[in-house]
Amino acid sequence: MACFIIPAAEAAVVTAVRLIAEQKNKTYSVTKVNPEQELAKKETVLYKTRWLTNLLWGGSALLAFEHVWHGEVTPWFPFLTAMKDPDSMAEMLHEMGTNGVGMALLVTAVWAGMVLISHIRNRKYQHEVHVS
Amino acid sequence: MTLVITILAAVISTILWYQNAPQDIYRIATLCWMFWGASLMWLVDAISEYIEMGAEYFMPAPSDMLNDAFLGISVTAFGCVIWLVDLLIHDPKGVFRKKISERVDEHA
Repeated sequence: MACFIIPAAEAAVVTAVRLIAEQKNKTYSVTKVNPEQELAKKETVLYKTRWLTNLLWGGSALLAFEHVWHGEVTPWFPFLTAMKDPDSMAEMLHEMGTNGVGMALLVTAVWAGMVLISHIRNRKYQHEVHVS
Repeated sequence: MTLVITILAAVISTILWYQNAPQDIYRIATLCWMFWGASLMWLVDAISEYIEMGAEYFMPAPSDMLNDAFLGISVTAFGCVIWLVDLLIHDPKGVFRKKISERVDEHA
């Protein structure tokens, strides 16, 4: 009914946190100074939050389209058809609490797995370079 | 059906991205992120429906299947439109910049 709102909200929060952190830490805004610095920047967890926001924003956009398709989202107030009566509103909130939270958790877990694999591969590569 | 079509779109876009990786001049990664994000989200929907309906989930009515397939194709088309707009805005080959500078030169 409106489950995509939860991952979209997570995407908004993570994007805002990343932008604030980038503003605070000027080193992240330095671009293409030298290849090593650029690589070091891409290895930070802060930079990798882009993966998470891309997954969340992209998925939410396509799910929003699906909700428009099913007539659950409208371009006029109150935007969600379930908001019209209390019964369907309760159903919508239940779906947001189960499916919506589940979606946000699964996407975040997949992202965490990707970051972990990337970190392990990077350490392995650095070890190989040191040995050779 | 929507989930299956979106997963197929995600797999195809990932293969296309990998063919040119690490370069990504056509910004195919945008498509990958979008389709994989939506696939993961619809997977949660599918699991929740499976818990509710059981094995019946795998035996949808033909009309439902057709509607879901139509939705899946439309979602894929919508994703491609988003990617195209993103590509044209970023203009990685500088086509619009060249055109504008040519026009400016003509007027000068």
